[in-house]
Amino acid sequence: MQEHDVIVVGAGGAGLRAAIEAHEHGADVALVTKLHPVRSHTGAAEGGINAALHSEDSWDLHAYDTMKGSDYLGDAPAVDAFAQEAPDEVIQLEHWGMPFSREDDGTVSQRPFGGLSHPRTTYAGAETGHHLLHTMYEQVVKRGIEVYDEWYVTNLAVTDEANPEERACHGAVAYEIATGEVEGFYGHDGVILATGGLGQAFDHTTNAIANTGDGQAMAFRAGSPMEDMEFVQFHPTTLPSTGVLISEGVRGEGGILYNEAEERFMFEHGYANNDGELASRDVVSRAELTQINEGRGIEDEYVHLDMRHLGEDRILNRLENILHLAEDFEGVDGLDKPMPVKPGQHYQMGGIEVDEYGQACIDGLYAVGECACYSLHGANRLGGNALPELMVFGARAGRHAAGEVDEKAKVKTGPSAKSEDGSIGSPVDLGGVSESEAVATDGGALATPQDVLEAAVEAERDRVETLIERDGINHADVREKVQLTMTENVNVFREEENLKQALRDIREAREMYQNVAVRDPSRTYNTDLIHTIETRNILDCAEAITAGALAREEFRGAHWRKQHQERKDDEWLKHTMYAWNNGNPDLYYKPVILEGDEETYEPKERSY
Amino acid sequence: MSTQVTEKSDEKEEAESTEQSPGERRREEKAKRQQEKEAETPELIDEADETVELKIFRFDPEVPDKEEPRFDSFTVPYFEGMTVLDGLIYSRDNYDSSLTFRHSCRQAVCGSDALLINGTQRLACKTQMVDLEWPIRVEPLPHQDVVKDLVVDMEHFYEQMNAVEPYFDPDELPEEDREEQKQRPENREKIKLSTRCIWCGACMSSCNVAAGDNEYLGPAAINKAYRFAMDEREGGDKKEDRLRILEQEHGVWRCQTQFSCTEVCPKDIPLTEHIQELKREAVKSNLKFW
Repeated sequence: MQEHDVIVVGAGGAGLRAAIEAHEHGADVALVTKLHPVRSHTGAAEGGINAALHSEDSWDLHAYDTMKGSDYLGDAPAVDAFAQEAPDEVIQLEHWGMPFSREDDGTVSQRPFGGLSHPRTTYAGAETGHHLLHTMYEQVVKRGIEVYDEWYVTNLAVTDEANPEERACHGAVAYEIATGEVEGFYGHDGVILATGGLGQAFDHTTNAIANTGDGQAMAFRAGSPMEDMEFVQFHPTTLPSTGVLISEGVRGEGGILYNEAEERFMFEHGYANNDGELASRDVVSRAELTQINEGRGIEDEYVHLDMRHLGEDRILNRLENILHLAEDFEGVDGLDKPMPVKPGQHYQMGGIEVDEYGQACIDGLYAVGECACYSLHGANRLGGNALPELMVFGARAGRHAAGEVDEKAKVKTGPSAKSEDGSIGSPVDLGGVSESEAVATDGGALATPQDVLEAAVEAERDRVETLIERDGINHADVREKVQLTMTENVNVFREEENLKQALRDIREAREMYQNVAVRDPSRTYNTDLIHTIETRNILDCAEAITAGALAREEFRGAHWRKQHQERKDDEWLKHTMYAWNNGNPDLYYKPVILEGDEETYEPKERSY
Repeated sequence: MSTQVTEKSDEKEEAESTEQSPGERRREEKAKRQQEKEAETPELIDEADETVELKIFRFDPEVPDKEEPRFDSFTVPYFEGMTVLDGLIYSRDNYDSSLTFRHSCRQAVCGSDALLINGTQRLACKTQMVDLEWPIRVEPLPHQDVVKDLVVDMEHFYEQMNAVEPYFDPDELPEEDREEQKQRPENREKIKLSTRCIWCGACMSSCNVAAGDNEYLGPAAINKAYRFAMDEREGGDKKEDRLRILEQEHGVWRCQTQFSCTEVCPKDIPLTEHIQELKREAVKSNLKFW
């Protein structure tokens, strides 16, 4: 058994930031990652980091933009804390040596981004995430923080009291990929989940192969609800053949979207008469797909993003990486031709329900970064808000886990925050297929935290043995089934019948998963096993997204429903909660908090 | 491949039939079923205009029929734009789920899938099959221990990176709250290419000097040091420290300017130039004390 004060699961931006902060406050920290830190998908973030740095800008403008972008589904305590602390975090990165793009006077450059009232996006070329990730990993090395790389955390060690709010998380169970060893990681002061996104629930995504919703699913099964999962961001500019991301920075610098008739449709078809290409991402994605569905797409599949008029110098200076991506992954020279783009799954606004310090309802369990929902992004995340988010909340959770925060959180979590019951109208059963899936661990009756962890380790050893020993179908068949139905039925445009079909398909996939088996008998670097366990997590995430989407009968942010074309604040200004409930999922709602530090945010019509 | 598996399994059964555990028996049965599955034609292969053959290195120290390294051939449907990584994923998902390789972002930024492809170090995700001679031969990076199939032990590479104190270390920071250090755009430009390194290890694997001298820092680590030594935000004293690390016996002077690292770098970092520049800096800095 490994023993530390704080166990951080995942070593992308959020995990690294949490680890550094907890370490700074005296905690002994372990970073446990199924990759190596520099392989994390934070490295693929391109565009930038929003922060109100300059005197003519201010945090409350950033907060207002974020709340408007969220379509008023953000919680003000999280939004305010985020906008207030983002500038400190950008300066911190600069002081750690991050190679930001610069102005002639040597100050950090800022560029316009979608949905922002001010040019406040700091960046390092079009590879901002790569530099942020490496800069923070350097600081982890400098501090000698212990990193367990290529250790895959497969479950949490959580007690099993009936009420999740009475449960405690004492650690995590991890599988060492190189050796096949299953080991317990005891965390005296808690476990911080920073496992990133879940794009692998979809067929066309900008996410990495490793983004399989592990943290969301583990916390969910341990009793921590998922929040607002129906809100999935589809990025408007991804390469059609691979889903590789073309940064919003291209439009920030002046890139233009054209349809087949070479119309600048964002303006000419009235989708965003003020902001055009720089409207919020959900708006641009819907506009593109409408053009394509109405027969004005190129090859009926995509639209064009043109940056040639920016000139070679500016492109090379600020967007060089985009040229490489378009060339390597689509075979297009962006200096010579417009780039083909279409919407692709990009970011999960919803996630593990946590407060503004990253605490879940289970004692000792935290979540930060994309796997968490504070909630900051609400129904739609603004471009350039994910990187400052993982900095601000990584630091807040790290500080809290190290015992440095006395204030009580304003965002409430757990079943006690429920304000009303919900109903899904699912055509099939949801949740666990067999009894054995019911409870995450059975440690509640056991005497010590170590016993709880030991029980969880034994359960995971059994799971691994069973998967390797038995015979059955390949996980890839299950995963593919989920991915195809999600991209087909739970995409930008959502209709009741399609959502129901997706739930049927997910149910079938869950039943298939009962017979899944690992063919590779080896204990050495068994990726067959890793992918099989990941696929289980994808199933839980896909179901939560679809259930929330079917229940929410309105149009808000990234969530569009064919039969419900309006935002309905009277009825739907509330967070969707989806709880595992021992295998019989429960969907309910909790209120949105719009009372901020300085003002109460009033929901307004959202136009760009 | 399939005959090999059968022969080995049979031998084992004869020799140890009395001691065979239920688990071993199951594994053998699984191996047989897998062969049967591999004999089926997987999906898509009929739809493709062409197929391409991948010859992939296989090795697993603890699986009887893979203890001896070998090459397996997989026939993969070819579609326009297909990369070597796509071919590996196809082979794994349709033929043999035990085929093992690192990969994650599939867009040349995580640095997981540097492999020896047709004899050259490349990232599988950004190597188009159409640009290669077929059949395509895929092997693990040379000069590193093979863990299994295409996975090599990266520990030594990480150790060398860590040996150059790979973190920013300024003399002093601005006193004002929320004030950044100033950096001239030209200086940022100077270090730009060096900051693109994705730690894939292609350079180190291609380097003859690193192959012969295990302690040689190698191109990636030296480039990492370059990134800081040339950053004007670090002070002159720190630069001296960095040059001293680089001047050690297994540092910059080992480089024989063969340019292999520069040729294989998937991020087009001029590694050899950076090493040469650091040699010049080291000489200048030593002259100062004479």
